[in-house]
Amino acid sequence: MRISRDRVISLLVIAPSILAVAVFVYGLIFWTGYISTVKWDTLRPDYTPVGLANYQSIFANNRFLMDIRNTVVFTIFFIAASLAIGLLLANLIDRRIRGEGIFRSIIVFPMAVSFIVTGVVWRWILSPGQDAAHPQGVNQLFGLDPTSNRWLTDAHVVYIQPDSPVYGVLHDIGLGFITSPNIGVPIALLSIVLAAVWQMSGFVMILYLAGLRAIPEELKEAARVDGATEWRIFRHVVFPLLTPITLSAMIILGHISLKIYDLTVAMSGSGPGFATDTPALFMWQTTFRDGEFGRGAAVAIVMLVIVAFVVVPYLVWNRRQEVEA
Amino acid sequence: MKLPSRRILAVLSVTALVASACSSSATPSPAGNTPGPTAAVTAAVTPAPTAAAGQTPVEVVSWWTTGGEASGFNAIIDAFNTANPTIQVTNSAIAGGAGSNAQAALQNRVLAGTPPDSFQVHMGHELLDTYVTPGYMDNLDDLYAANGWTTQFPKGVLDIVSAKDASGATHYYSVPLDIHRANVLWYNKTVFTSNNLTPPATWADFVTDAKVLAAKGITPLAVGDNGIWASGMLLEVMLIAELGSDGYNGLWTGVTDWSGAKVTAALNDFKTVLGYVNSDHSSLTWDQAADYLIPASAGAQPKAAMTMMGDWAAGEFDNKKFTDYGWIAAPGTTGVYDALADSFGLPSKAQHKDQVKLFLTLLGSAAGQDIFNPYKGSIPANSTAGHPATGAKQYSAYQTWAMGEWKADSIVPSLEHGAAAKPSWKGAVEAAVTVFVANPDVPTLQAALVQGCKDAGICK
Repeated sequence: MRISRDRVISLLVIAPSILAVAVFVYGLIFWTGYISTVKWDTLRPDYTPVGLANYQSIFANNRFLMDIRNTVVFTIFFIAASLAIGLLLANLIDRRIRGEGIFRSIIVFPMAVSFIVTGVVWRWILSPGQDAAHPQGVNQLFGLDPTSNRWLTDAHVVYIQPDSPVYGVLHDIGLGFITSPNIGVPIALLSIVLAAVWQMSGFVMILYLAGLRAIPEELKEAARVDGATEWRIFRHVVFPLLTPITLSAMIILGHISLKIYDLTVAMSGSGPGFATDTPALFMWQTTFRDGEFGRGAAVAIVMLVIVAFVVVPYLVWNRRQEVEA
Repeated sequence: MKLPSRRILAVLSVTALVASACSSSATPSPAGNTPGPTAAVTAAVTPAPTAAAGQTPVEVVSWWTTGGEASGFNAIIDAFNTANPTIQVTNSAIAGGAGSNAQAALQNRVLAGTPPDSFQVHMGHELLDTYVTPGYMDNLDDLYAANGWTTQFPKGVLDIVSAKDASGATHYYSVPLDIHRANVLWYNKTVFTSNNLTPPATWADFVTDAKVLAAKGITPLAVGDNGIWASGMLLEVMLIAELGSDGYNGLWTGVTDWSGAKVTAALNDFKTVLGYVNSDHSSLTWDQAADYLIPASAGAQPKAAMTMMGDWAAGEFDNKKFTDYGWIAAPGTTGVYDALADSFGLPSKAQHKDQVKLFLTLLGSAAGQDIFNPYKGSIPANSTAGHPATGAKQYSAYQTWAMGEWKADSIVPSLEHGAAAKPSWKGAVEAAVTVFVANPDVPTLQAALVQGCKDAGICK
């Protein structure tokens, strides 16, 4: 079998990137995986194998459980709100209004801002002020009472309380674990969601706008001829054709939210009672403040697995689409 | 079904992925106390110190980049370089995060076997557990003996900078350059005189005063615990107030019982005091909280009457041209100096040990400490210091008061500033306090503190 010249050249050209990715991405993933199974808990490397002890210790750590909760809650609210607002804006802009370019640019512009800048500004906006006499930011703007509108400083977690009617039912059917504060929605986290949605919904709008523009006018015309209302056209013609866009947007937003770090650090750090803490911050502090390198590596691996749950099905789906096409 | 949208989508997805990758990789260092990942990058590009021909370059890493502390450190380096023309000391400063950025960068260099010749580190367990126990530092016993420092530094300081080896012999591992005090209560003088109040000597007095102030619409105690350490300092002061200096020291050596009644009493005090703080404490930094003592205009009522903070708060007030502040030892801790210090050690793999030892000698000497500390706002650790040269910068009123207290007080190590416990133990206490300030439940906090001592390997 002869390998063609072209093939040799193409392999040569691609080899440096393959090598770099192999070493700096996959090599380091394996190294981190290995570190997560050794004792290394001071600055001096210690490769005594400890099996899964590091994983046991982080899953026994209530802070880490709250971090997982925060990640899930943040992801759900962030994706849902960004998609809804992005879709709404895209449909408004798609009316071919005057000055569309200006509106489009204005709405997309927040995406050009770094998360750290967004975080600092929204921290000013959402700091409540010290008491009723001294409101700040959004409370000052709307004349709200800082003692009841706590925004970033709100330590409450909404979860199923013992006096709720479903509490007993859940315990009876063996789902009592759902009634823990670790399965709940921390209110302060919603302030972070607000800032993140402000930043990313314009991006979703651009995705949807491209999708809308790609839908052939004939399909809508045909539906109109058949007597469909505008809502039904949207619901049964336009929206299904936007499915691939929605999926792409979900994946992109999903991996941003699973790895979110800079925005929360700039806005509130760990937050009151770890209401806005993230696995990334926990990993950083465990590794570089406490010197627990093995444990920090275990957190990193858990984060990788969570992200893989989102990204791998997408890659598989994408691959299948390519084969079909 | 074939749609043109597929190709558009493909292009779009790629663009989007690239865009999002760019936005998520551009992660600058965060503004608050929490360190960012950029520190690691900084370490990699730290330039080699420059020295003229015939001079030996000595690299010292600190996190003093601005203000009085940078002026003071540069003054002492200039003095050294002038007196030692064959040596060129440079300050490779790494800004940000109260030293946490510098610490992350330093750890990378120490691990890689290329440490600077000396570096700034909080005296006590932050140095001992991070660098000394794993065997990255040389001891400084010869410097201590040659300069008589074992008699010039107070016993409380010697205990904090030293560690015992396997045979039970004591070794000294760093030279403390300055001493800060964590347990100081700062107050607005006019608020106290106009309400006929005296600054509280105990936490019970504090509650009495606080009720009067709260009724007047003034927040009694301003706290800015973003990054949680300011609340951690409140807890450590409560523990000192209830347990006294010996009892508090015993907490960190396993002698005092964390589950004891006095600890419970301290935690109850903590809970009570948290009822008199500003409700936005978790979104403020310590300096923003200190600013609550400064009235918006002359004669106006300030937002808060008191704040419990280390003595670097004096520098904040002075910077803001605020003079109407007074200070006393934090309630219940009169006679106890809750100390923290910036100190400098000698890495085993330092390149220029002989030269850097000369520099460390100046840092520990009375003359060196009197150059640095008037700028920094701290007091000298060396008890023979306290007399800056004529024409040089002199000590302030606060510093003079603090030096008097320092000589008379019993000295205890600060938890929050790395002196009392190793970093992972401090992290465990901070985690417990983070939960407590949101949901003040004393038994939960105490159980977490007991567990923290066990996890640290000190308590059984």
